[in-house]
Formats: sequence, C-alpha cells, structure tokens
Amino acid sequence: MKFFRQVFVIAVKDLRAEFRTKEAINASFAFAVVILLLFSFAFDPDAETTREMAGGLLWIVFAFAGTLILNRSFARELPNDCLDALISAPISGAALFLGKALANFLLVLAVQLVSLPVFAVFNSLHLTEQFWPLLGVILLGGWAITVIGTIFSALTVNIRLREVMLPLLTFPILIPALLSAMLLTKALVLGQPVGVDNLSWLKMLIGFDIMYTAASLILVETVLVG
Amino acid sequence: MSAVAVDDVWKFYGDFPALRSISLEAEPGACLALIGRNGAGKTTLLRTIAGFSRPGRGRIRIFGKEPREPETRRMMGFIGHGISVYDELSAFENLKLFAQLYNLPDPRRSALEWLERTGLERVRDGLVREFSRGMRQRLAVARAFLHDPSVLLLDEPFTALDDRAIAVLQRLLHEGLRAGKTIVLSTHQLREALELASHVALLNRGQVAFHGPCTPEMVSDPGYVYARYGEGG
Repeated sequence: MKFFRQVFVIAVKDLRAEFRTKEAINASFAFAVVILLLFSFAFDPDAETTREMAGGLLWIVFAFAGTLILNRSFARELPNDCLDALISAPISGAALFLGKALANFLLVLAVQLVSLPVFAVFNSLHLTEQFWPLLGVILLGGWAITVIGTIFSALTVNIRLREVMLPLLTFPILIPALLSAMLLTKALVLGQPVGVDNLSWLKMLIGFDIMYTAASLILVETVLVG
Repeated sequence: MSAVAVDDVWKFYGDFPALRSISLEAEPGACLALIGRNGAGKTTLLRTIAGFSRPGRGRIRIFGKEPREPETRRMMGFIGHGISVYDELSAFENLKLFAQLYNLPDPRRSALEWLERTGLERVRDGLVREFSRGMRQRLAVARAFLHDPSVLLLDEPFTALDDRAIAVLQRLLHEGLRAGKTIVLSTHQLREALELASHVALLNRGQVAFHGPCTPEMVSDPGYVYARYGEGG
C-alpha cells in the first residue's frame, strides 16, 4: 500500500509541475498537430490509401511527440539538484520510476487522444467502428513508449546531449512495439477486428510492455545510483 | 556503534581515484567537520556516505546499516549544493511532498510546522521560483530537517546563505547536537564549522591527512589545521 501511495505522490508531483510550466505538453501537442496538419495538406491520398497509412503515420507522430514529453521526465529533477532529494528519500527506485512513468503515460495519452480525432477530421476517417480495440492498442503502445522513454530518461539525465541521445537510444528498442502498434492500428482503421490474422502482433505488444516494465523496475535503482 | 562508519572507501571516476582508502568514524552526537582544499574529495565523500553513489571499494555504515536501505535513508538528512526543492511548487507543496515521501504521520502538519520554524509561513502558498535566495535556502533547510533525521550530512551548508538563513541553520544544528544528532559537514568556512565541530577530518587529494578531536587551537585559529597537517599531511 505504501508503495502505491509513493507512486501516486510522485505522479501527482510531476503532473502538477508540468501543468504549472506546460514545458513539455505544449511542445508535444504543437508538434503532433502540425505534423498531422502538414500531412493532410502535403498529400492528397484517397480514403483507402489514408487508411493504409494511418497506423504508420499516427505512431510516428506518437513516438516523436512522446519523446518531447519523456525528455523532460528526469531532466525536470536537475534544477536545484532535486534528484538528490528524491534519491535520498526512503522510497524505492521502483516507486520513483513507476510514479514518473504514470505521469508520463497520462501526458502521452493526452497527446494521443488529441491527435487521433485531429487525424480523423483532416482525413475524413471514421474511427468509431473499432474504437474500443483502437483505444486498447493506443494504451498498450503508449505504455511501451512511456516505459522505455522513462527508463532511458533516467539513464541519460546527466548526459549533456540527452535530447539527442534519448530518441537515438529508445527508437531502436521500440521497433517491435511500434511495429505491432502500427499494424494493429492499420487493421483497426481498415475496419478489421483483432483476430487470428493479427493476434500475434497484439501478443508481442503485451509481451513487450510486460517485459520492459519488469526490467525497468528491476534496473532503475542501478541506473540511478550505480 | 558508530553513527557513521567509513571503512577503507575508494571511489573512482574512470581511472581517477577521487577517494583513496578513506576510513573515518563519527559517534552518535558528534559533529565531524570535513575540511580540505577544492577537489580534496569532501563532496564525493559526503555524497557516497549519503548513498547517492556506491563506493568502488570499502564499505559505509550508518548505525550499522547500508546507506541505501530505506530505514537508513529515513535517518539521514542531506543539504547539498542545490536547494533540492521544486521551483514550480509552492513552499507548502514542497514540504508536504517530502513529508509524504518520508511517510510522516501527518504530512500537512509537519509541513506547516517547518514553514513556521523557518519563518516562511506567510509565503506558504507562493511558488518557490518567486522566492528570494534567502527564502529558498531556508526552505531547503526545512526540507532537510523535516523528518527529524538522526544523521545530518551537510555539504558546505553556510556557503551563499544570507544572515537570517545562517542564523536559522546554526540554531537548528545546535538544537540537533543537544538532541544527540550526528552531523557530518564539509565546509570552507572554518570558523562557523569549528565552533560546531567535535571532530575534524582534513582531506587532501582524496586521502585523510588528519582525523581527530577539534582542539581549542583549531577554534581560535582556523588556519591551524592546514598549517599543522597541511597539504603534505
């Protein structure tokens, strides 16, 4: 119980700090909307082609927009040496990681939930047919981006070029999760339910989330303290 | 049992040994002043004792336990070079946050009590980024003392403090010593430190050049330690 209370306290602290400054969320929203807007004006694909490309485009936008949020996660602790205070407090690295990941996830999810209708409106797509499975894929893919981004944000926090290093380190690792999410999203936008054809991608996405969440919870103490 | 026991500790940055076979002890209720020139290893030693990084070799014990154990962390208070409070949160929110992380029984009451003790109760809802330097420093002191730690680790605590913050900190440190708390502090301000210290350790290039009780000669002439045990040890 104490563990989850600490997770909650850290998550609330991060969200409160972010909503006061809006440093990451504004940049992330602006990036996502501008890319989707530019795409809709730059190309004039027919409805079928748009549905074919939807998965790829959406997840590229989610990944890059998410990176803008995740870059700030541990970097937020650097001014005033706040990370020292967190590390010296009697909370486990796992609680600290999970609290930060939860706050990041909610911010990434907010960007996803804004981007999705923007994309649908600009490209005249109807996403309501498979909405709930699509939301499930967005949650699973969003968590994959968050968990990898948060642990690497901790790893790169003291590196001078961390804004450059974070995507360089996270994107290669995220390939299986992004691939799964892209293909599942494409199928759902095309109106195909999750079934025998794409069940293995769903399993891979769930497995990715479980494996990297567990690994991050185990390794975060070593990442932070050495 | 020693409050702080450092036993043959080495710390490497790459191949460079920042700490070389450091062995020190501080008994409960003692105040150990770590002195030495810039780069002598004072901050590295304090940070290693605080558990921010692990020693390359040797071991550190706080009341017989590893520094990274949650129980040990609950016993320690640390003031470093930064104030370790969040600019985007109010003074009250900052103290309540740390009271919650230290699992204090009534975080709200603890936060309010320490705002009052450090003279910040009137600005409790003001964001820290709007505070003057002195107010931020007093909040940092409140944050470090909030959970009533038995061992205080202070890295150059008097540096850049205004008069009021120095007075607050000195009062709290004297109260702490009377209450039996153990203090390990690094400093360049020898006069303030030696007035508090029961023991002195002089570090030189990552090694202990001198470790012993603080004598009247040291208090009356802060340069005495350097002159007597100086750079050569």
